[in-house]
Amino acid sequence: MTVELLLQTLLSGILIGLVYALVAIGLTLIFGVMDIVNFAHGEFLMFGMYAAFWGFAFWKLDPIVTLPLTALLLFAFGVVVYKLVIRRITDAPMLSQIFATFGLMILFRGLAQYLWKPDFRSVDHTIVAGKVVLGGLQFGLPQVVAAAGAVVTTAAVWAFLRYTRLGAALEATAADKEAAALMGIDAQRMFALAWGIGAACAGVAGALLATCYPIFPEVGSTFILVAFVLVALGGFGSVVGAFWAGILVGVVEVMGGFLWDPAYKMVLVLSLYLLVVWFRPQGLMGKA
Amino acid sequence: MTSPLRTLALLAALLLSVRASAQEEIRIGVIYPLTGAAASTGIELKNAAQLAADLINGTDKSLGLPLAGAGGLPGLKGAKIKLIFVDHQGNPQVGASEAERLITEHKVAAIQGAYFSTVTTTASQVAERNGVPFLNADSSSPALTQRGFKWFFRTTPHDELFVQNAFEFLRDLKAKKGIQVKRIAIFAENTEFGTGAAKLQERYAKENGYEVVEKVLYPPKGTQLTSEVQKLKASRPDIVMQSSYLGDAILSMKTYKDLGFLPTALLANNAGFNDSEFLKTMGKDGNYVISREVWALDLGVKKPVIAKANALLQARHGVNFNGNSARAFTGVFALADAINRAGSTKPEAIQKALQETNIPGADLIMPWGGIQYDATGQNTKGAGIIVQVQDGKYATVWPFDLASKDVIWPMPAWDKR
Repeated sequence: MTVELLLQTLLSGILIGLVYALVAIGLTLIFGVMDIVNFAHGEFLMFGMYAAFWGFAFWKLDPIVTLPLTALLLFAFGVVVYKLVIRRITDAPMLSQIFATFGLMILFRGLAQYLWKPDFRSVDHTIVAGKVVLGGLQFGLPQVVAAAGAVVTTAAVWAFLRYTRLGAALEATAADKEAAALMGIDAQRMFALAWGIGAACAGVAGALLATCYPIFPEVGSTFILVAFVLVALGGFGSVVGAFWAGILVGVVEVMGGFLWDPAYKMVLVLSLYLLVVWFRPQGLMGKA
Repeated sequence: MTSPLRTLALLAALLLSVRASAQEEIRIGVIYPLTGAAASTGIELKNAAQLAADLINGTDKSLGLPLAGAGGLPGLKGAKIKLIFVDHQGNPQVGASEAERLITEHKVAAIQGAYFSTVTTTASQVAERNGVPFLNADSSSPALTQRGFKWFFRTTPHDELFVQNAFEFLRDLKAKKGIQVKRIAIFAENTEFGTGAAKLQERYAKENGYEVVEKVLYPPKGTQLTSEVQKLKASRPDIVMQSSYLGDAILSMKTYKDLGFLPTALLANNAGFNDSEFLKTMGKDGNYVISREVWALDLGVKKPVIAKANALLQARHGVNFNGNSARAFTGVFALADAINRAGSTKPEAIQKALQETNIPGADLIMPWGGIQYDATGQNTKGAGIIVQVQDGKYATVWPFDLASKDVIWPMPAWDKR
């Protein structure tokens, strides 16, 4: 077993971890602002992938080119889902909230199966095809681009929350809904914004993933379990926490599978998760 | 004006002919999934079986198979075969009750079915209990012929034979092309399908003196296969034997390419690798994958009867034969052959004739050595074929005498395609 092989595995783990982080950011944002777990988040990702796919299939547009459009589309979709469904359950018991988003998940998945058939599809050529060679190491260019996209998106969301008035208002609503409302912040608008941004993040992730991953109605379920782990591991509502947790989980999963047995790679990830929440229930970067 | 006498005579003749034709009919029950998720396959199987029966009942001898064009079975004075199709919906319970109905209500001489191994299991139990011959043409679970049944006969090879074939292929490569394989890595998804195949591959590899350098069983439908592929890469195998369903087949191939992993050959175990979506998605990266298959259209190049039979199916239904329908077609011929030799529709006579079956390979549209059953009812002369993706299409490359293309070995580098 050479150093090169180990290094390659480590870096591949970081790359996939960044993609995980991108999926988790939207989820943690919605949770942070509203305390609602969006079980349909994986389906937002799936819609993002299909949006990229249809753009490619009908108009020969590359997923990378249509990425801003996919993000906008998903932003609008997130807002609509909020206005139609989520708005009615913001103050409902937690069980109703879980049922609502869980129901959405099943609805979206069923809809995708009905409209687009359960077949596997994929974008078979893209401008980011190819690979990056670093000495003896090599990486798929789509993965590198997806990872870079994850870094940029995380930075953008983080900067938005930190440096803009709107972002500050969002954070204020997250911290204390009533107090923020007294300061003249329209909570409903902030919630809609959180769903919009959350869904847009999933859209970006979907567009980037479409360049290197097969697209099918259940694709969301593959990524969503890891995303939930990241949200809890990084600290509920913490965008930066989800980002670092993504890298950590990616490395543990890929390195663990390589050094030990691939059958146990999720065992390692979930053990890590249990350990962290045992000793630090608020997660790595969450507020106690 | 016809005289009353003539009318009476006509009536008598008519009555007699009805009685005679009732005797001249051999009823065979056929159980397939005609509705439900596998309905499209079920309909294909039904059409192929019906074509076989119509060929035997008809008088067109141009196909060149014995019994085809015989105008009914000569051993039973030209009696016609009547297939009675029933639907098992993919459900083992329904399969069993339909088998019961075929036997008690329709009084069938024999039953053919049922594609799904699970349904074949239950339906053949009913046949066994009632002492009616059951011919299975298309289920590949090895356990079916390990039950000690006396009335069960299977024409198709089962899963273990496909693994054997892979090693015969490697042996032939060495003997005829001087290609030497030493180090084998086994890569399989960790459910029933993959683990079962991996276990057999490991056993056969060791028995045949190969070195199994790595055996990676992975959980299917994951987000990444990087750790798995890195493990394979670290073991530096000559070839990889892989069992994966579609999603993982695509993901693993992409990961091979991204990480620059290139064994001299990839021997796939059908499933995801033989899905049309696999070739569409992989494009030229899917080329040179080698996989097992039960049948291929290009076999018609070396075996004209296959092309001829295919033309008949094309003319009638506008589709080509595939591995499933070709086996269903063959099943009807195998049953007809036995009933013809039995010269009777009595179950015991048909059972005895089935046991004595010896159809040469030339009389089949399959790439087999023939049909001859062992004591368990398994056809011992069945064989699979090995195909390789060349220019985006699967071409038969083994057995060498049936091959339409030469095997390309080793796989060219990813960036030289």
